[in-house]
Formats: sequence, structure tokens, C-alpha cells
Amino acid sequence: MPGSVEELEWLKEKRRGPRNLWDAQAGATQPLPITAQAMHSPSPETVLDVRNYSFRLGGKEILRDVSFSVQRGEYLSIVGPNGAGKTTLLKCIDRLLVGGVGRIEVFGRPLESYRQKDLARRISYVPQADGRVIPFTVRQFVLMGRYPYLNPFSSVDREGRQAAEEALLMTGVAEFAERRLDTLSGGERQKVYIAAALAQGADIMLLDEPTTFLDYRRQAEIRDLLSRINQQGGTTIVCVTHDLNRAALDSDRIVALCEGRVAFVGSPAEIMTPDALERLFHTPFLLTSHPQAAIPVIVPGPPPPAR
Amino acid sequence: MVRRGIVLSLLAGLAVLALVGLPFVGMERIPLASLWRQGHPVDVAILWKHRLPRVIMAFLAGSGLAAGGLAFQAVFRNPLAEPFTLGVASGAALGAVVYIHLKLPFSLLWISGVSWFAFAGALLAVTLVYGLTRSRQGFSTATMLLAGVAVSFCFSSLILLIQYLSDFTQSFIILRWVMGGLNSVVGFGEVLTVLPLVAIGTILVLYLTHELNLLILGEELAISRGVALNRTKAIVFVAVSLMVGGIVAVCGPIGFVGLVVPHICRLMVGPDHRFLTPATLLCGAILLSLCDALARTIMAPAEMPVGILTSLLGGPFFLWLLVRQGPSGEAVI
Repeated sequence: MPGSVEELEWLKEKRRGPRNLWDAQAGATQPLPITAQAMHSPSPETVLDVRNYSFRLGGKEILRDVSFSVQRGEYLSIVGPNGAGKTTLLKCIDRLLVGGVGRIEVFGRPLESYRQKDLARRISYVPQADGRVIPFTVRQFVLMGRYPYLNPFSSVDREGRQAAEEALLMTGVAEFAERRLDTLSGGERQKVYIAAALAQGADIMLLDEPTTFLDYRRQAEIRDLLSRINQQGGTTIVCVTHDLNRAALDSDRIVALCEGRVAFVGSPAEIMTPDALERLFHTPFLLTSHPQAAIPVIVPGPPPPAR
Repeated sequence: MVRRGIVLSLLAGLAVLALVGLPFVGMERIPLASLWRQGHPVDVAILWKHRLPRVIMAFLAGSGLAAGGLAFQAVFRNPLAEPFTLGVASGAALGAVVYIHLKLPFSLLWISGVSWFAFAGALLAVTLVYGLTRSRQGFSTATMLLAGVAVSFCFSSLILLIQYLSDFTQSFIILRWVMGGLNSVVGFGEVLTVLPLVAIGTILVLYLTHELNLLILGEELAISRGVALNRTKAIVFVAVSLMVGGIVAVCGPIGFVGLVVPHICRLMVGPDHRFLTPATLLCGAILLSLCDALARTIMAPAEMPVGILTSLLGGPFFLWLLVRQGPSGEAVI
């Protein structure tokens, strides 16, 4: 029973050290369950299909034989420990990094067959909001999301302006549309990045840790926003995150990477077990039932034993 | 939007004023009638053979160098990038000096061989700097400037070597030419040589307005918005090399116009290249033609090379930008 007194005791026992016979390293070598259906199941509704994809950077293999697919309208989270290759995978899908071996198909077409502008109409990318100097106002920045529809020497047309305004309103950044981007807080800036990706009008939105470094309120706002984009707008979402609870509660499916390999693909309920998570992160987890959802969630471990 | 329109109109008005007024500035007073080829033949000759071609050349050179600086600052995402600091002007100068030393009389498509050699030198320099910058992770300001300085030193040394190997007269010609100036412009021959190169380069920079805006955001965001990065960079490198090669072949390396002008214009019209590019073209033309007018009157009857004047102006500006840049090296463009 997740979160039970027995489990708490078991966890405490484990933290005390070698007296416990359980061996995390040995456990980690056993593969996590990957169902054949979840691993690779291209269907007419498949919008993104990654097949046996490997990527090397500076002589080091970052991704190894990665395979999974994403269905139209799905909310898919990519989780895994630091250095697992999550961000690299996202960048390879949007062709920000090139030179991998294997196959990535977007709407049934090989990724390399797309012109960059055509790809931008299919996939938008939201990086982590950093502190870089961007001299444009929020409105100018969001309007730049319409670039895939522009010709040289032309301006954003009426339809594009409307799309940008809708994105500003939906993300709640219209009120500071005339402020410069580098005067905003991290949370506001993240919303503006999402607004620009929305204005881009792509079918798939890739997000790289959109809630990292944000406070609880901003995290909740971004989470609600992504849910609306996914459910109301019908945009397929592929989101890299370190927040396993949010991934479990928000996603239709989860892909877990470990050392560049796909360690798990499946439903949140399947991965949210102490055993599966421990094998993935090499650290014990304590789970409990969510009071409102039928998915276990991680709770912080107990305080250290009293001296 | 309205403010930017007003600034652009003012700059256009000033440019027209400079184009019409500056040919009449100089040691010799020229009556207005000379413009219609009436009056004393010497006055007509001074106006039509010397001053007017020179002002037009200053317009072309100022616009081209400023547009080159603007495009480089966006592509390298660095406020200190310009043809001079990245060694591109030195590359063009080396190409031109090699041509002068080898005494190769040829022309292609009505454009003198010296311009093509300068173009090749400029393209070689920008490729080297870009290659060196990309070979290291991070693409930092320091790496780029160091690469630019290294390439610039190498090319300057080669120019000195060629100068050393040349006879006294040729050596003096090279030295005077390296100082940069517009005093060699006589008649419209040189203007017609530079015009197509600057025109093509300018059209290409204007063609990339949206891409330059997106490149300021960073390469990843630009690519994810749909910018074909390699193609865009190749076009910018060829466009700037064409302009700088053509200008340096005739005027020598005129420094810092490409650095100062885009920053002045950013303060006036903001960072959007739809407004910034035309403002930079106009402002570059005005600034260099004014500097040239000053250079030929300040020490009259002698003439100061305009390159000295622009460097005197640009040096302190460059230092100010370095100080203004944050400790992290984050670009302020």
C-alpha cells in the first residue's frame, strides 16, 4: 500500500544503510516494463514517430536507440534523471540538433524532408526561460511567432495579428504586451514564450522544463495554461519535466529516459510505483494516493532520524 | 510606430540635404550654377569630377559598412561585431594589397579585379572567424572577438610583409591606402564599380529583415520559428563580403562606421530590423559623408584620411560598449 506505515518504516530502514539487503544498483540493471503497444505503435493519428534514434555529441552517445510515438492531441511527458538526454531528444525532434542516426517522422514524413518553415508550422518549441537580453516588447516577440507564414519584404497579415492577439489573451500576458521581454519575471517570461509558440500555430508543442525555477503559483498557472492548450486547442504536447507528480497527473503517457535509452513508455499509473521510480532514479521513493485522482504521487521522504 | 516613421523621414531628409549640400563644402567655393554645368569650367570640373562622386562614394561606403555591421551584430548576436573588429576589413585589405602587389590587370562583369580580390579576402576572413568561433562550445563574445583579433593580426602582418617586399612607391601607395580615405575617387568610374556590389549586398540584407530579428533571440529560437540558419548565415556572409570587398578596394579599410551607426540607430528606432535597416543605411551614409567633408576641410589645404577620423570617433565608442557589456558577456543589442 503506497504511503502506508509499513512502507514508511521500510523507507526509514533503507535510509539507515547497509543493514538492508536490498540493492538499488542490482535492481537498476533490470529493465523497466515497456509494453509492446506503448513502445511503438504508429497509427493514422500518429503525429510524431521516433524510431531507433541515436545521437552522439562530442564523441559521447547521448541518445541510444530511442523509439516511441505520439498520437494527435496527446499530452506526453518525458522524464528521467539529469543527463538522461531529455533536452537533446527534444532538440533533435525540432531539428535544433542534427546528425543523429535513425528515423524521426512528423505527420508521416521524414523530419529531414521538411523545409525549416514547414517544420515550424508543424512543431513549435518552448525553451527554458532564461535571463538572456531580448530587446523586443512582448507583442513584438509573440508576433515573431508568425514567421513561418511570412514572405520576405512582407508584414504579418490580419490573420496572423489575430492569432498573436489570441495567444496574448489566452496566456494572460496581454496586460504587459508593451513591456520589454527582459524586464519580466521568470514566470511571466515563460508564459510569453508559450504565447509565441501558440501564435506559431503548430500542431505539436515541445516544452523544455517549463515550470523549473518557478514558484507554486506560477507553476499552477503554466500547468493550467498547458492543459487548456492541449484540451481546448487540441495541440499535441510533448513536455520535458523533472516534476514526476505533475507528469503523472497531467499526461496521457510518460516516456522515461535513462542514460540515453528509453527505460519506460506507458501510462502514469504504470510508472508511479516505488519500484519503477527507484530503478529509474537510483533512489528510494515514497508514494501515496492522491486524494482526488486515482494516481499515486510522490511525497517527500521522512525527516532524518533524531540524533 | 509613429516615432519611428518620423525618425526615418528626418534621416531621409538629412540624407538628401547632405547629398545636395556637401558637394559645395570645401576649400574652393563652388557656385550653385555649376550643378547645371554652367559657370567656370574649373568649378564644374571640381563639382562633377571630384566632390559629387566623392559624396556619392561616401554614401555608398557609409551605407554598406553600416549595413554590414548591423547584419553581423544580429548573426553573431554580439554588439561588438562589425566588419572591422571581425577582421573582415583586414581580409578585404589583404586581398586588395595582393592584387596591387601582383599587378594583375583584370576585370570581371565590369568590376575591377581589385574588388574581386578584396571580396575573396573578406569572405576568407569571415569564414575563418566563424569557423574558429563555432569550433568551440558556447559561441561566446570573448571567443568571437579573439578570433577576429587573431585573423586581423595575421592579415595585417601579411599586408606588412607585402609592403616590405614592395618598392618604395608601391609601399607608400599601400600605406596611404590602408589609412582609408575617399580622396582617390575621381569621376564616377569607382562609384559605378562599388554601386552594384553595395546594391546587391543591401538588397540581401533587406531581404533578411525577419531573419535578423529572429537571430537576435538566439539561434535555437530562430530555428524553431523556421529560420534556415545555415542559408541565412551564408547569405549574410556573402552580402557583407561583397559590400566590404567593394568598398575597401576603393576606399581602404574605413573603421568603426559599422560599429557605431547600428547602435546610434537602435537608440533612435529600436531593435526591429524593418525600421533599423533603412535607418542604418541612411545614417551610415550621412555620417561618413559628414566625416569626409570634415576630413577634407579641417586641415585644408591638406586632407586628413577619413579612416583616421572614423577610428577616432569609433574607438571610444567601442570602449564604452565593452564597459556597458555585462560581466557575463551577455549581448546588448
